Amino acid sequence: MGCAKRIIPCLDVTNGRVVKGVNFLELRDAGDPVEIAQRYNDQGADELTFLDITASSDDRDLILHIIERVAEQIFIPLTVGGGVRKVEDVRRLLNAGADKVSINTTAVLNPQVVADAASRFGSQCIVVAIDAKKVDNQPFEWEVFTHGGRNATGLDAVEWARKMVSLGAGELLVTSMDRDGTKIGFNNPLNKAISDAVEVPLIASGGVGNLQHLVDGVTLGGADAVLAASIFHYGEFTVQQAKDYMRQHGLEIR
Amino acid sequence: MNRLQVAVIDYGMGNLRSVANALKAVAPDLHIEITSDAQQIAAAERVVFPGQGAMPDCIRELDTRGLRQAVIDATRDKPFLGICIGLQMLFEHSEEGDVPGLAIYPGEVKRFPAEKMLDAHGGKLKVPHMGWSQVQQSGAHALWQDIPDLARFYYVHSYYVAPTDSALTAATTAYPFDYTCAIAQDNVFAVQFHPEKSAESGLQLLRNFVNWKP
Repeated sequence: MGCAKRIIPCLDVTNGRVVKGVNFLELRDAGDPVEIAQRYNDQGADELTFLDITASSDDRDLILHIIERVAEQIFIPLTVGGGVRKVEDVRRLLNAGADKVSINTTAVLNPQVVADAASRFGSQCIVVAIDAKKVDNQPFEWEVFTHGGRNATGLDAVEWARKMVSLGAGELLVTSMDRDGTKIGFNNPLNKAISDAVEVPLIASGGVGNLQHLVDGVTLGGADAVLAASIFHYGEFTVQQAKDYMRQHGLEIR
Repeated sequence: MNRLQVAVIDYGMGNLRSVANALKAVAPDLHIEITSDAQQIAAAERVVFPGQGAMPDCIRELDTRGLRQAVIDATRDKPFLGICIGLQMLFEHSEEGDVPGLAIYPGEVKRFPAEKMLDAHGGKLKVPHMGWSQVQQSGAHALWQDIPDLARFYYVHSYYVAPTDSALTAATTAYPFDYTCAIAQDNVFAVQFHPEKSAESGLQLLRNFVNWKP
């Protein structure tokens, strides 16, 4: 016995609504965040991730109110990411009720924010999100991208993961940009390479289209948790169905 | 002074709102507050001592706010619930930063040893231990009421407690070896996992705590 593999529905939030894109584009409305969070909680989700994909800081306070409302009624871990630029942003999200804060673009632009946030609030609440894409113009296989996948960084995703953990990241959320929204499964070689390189848990993200993909994410990709959005948002599968399937395939599940 | 029914001790570390939210959800009629006022803590009927972050920082911040004695006193005379670092600080010493704890109980806080962190297939187990693991109850206790044995609770930690006195242990968990994940003695109960983030089982434990008459 050990630790159950976690199933984490992901809610991309913009303008107060949950949306879902394909390859980081073409957003579709999927509903009210608090209602959706409640539904996933009732279905047995192990954790919830909210990503604020609003580009403008004007709407930033909206996610704080959403997190406050969710945290008052839902008692499982909540991770919030998107637009975290400074340690003060981390503090505000934690105070609103987030248990963990995910840092992505800022980790690349200013890695010290990861170190400072981890030393101030503890590694347990600092998740570094890595958006990676397969490239053929570099001496490595997967490159880190920022700004919602728009900007190449020249960084090797595996080396970057190691560096983030050394600065204090307590968990990594790895999204394959090649797979996101495609429904052809996680990028398991990418996840496995990173999972083997670090001590901290890895959340696999991007590409889930069926329940076998979740199993593969753990068995082939070495993920400690699997994150999915569209298969849950549009009612193709419930979280409970996903858990049953993973349990039937020999995985330890809550 | 308006007497608190449940005081959640605030010493500036981590997010206490989750703990307060969960307590309010199970006991909407109780007067529950997050406080760093030693007098308010002394007067409260029950005390919750949470903790997050690194133990050396937690001990330092506790002392900066002059709350060490308030915590020690609370462990002597009223229902007391420690959570996470709030469990670890009750012991004599921690390997995290090599610091002394409050020394209410004999024992050590240890880091998960890298060489032992392997699953049944020889695969690497991650540290921090982050996620839902089973809680094996060591015996009956009021705080386990209506919680099935081996129920899963949410954990996030890199250090665990090793009490000198095994009679303190109220539950164990396996990650991958068995270690103490809950202690109980008289009016004190303390857990390594996070009941405030452990869905229905966690809420039941908090419900049991607010009704506990040790």
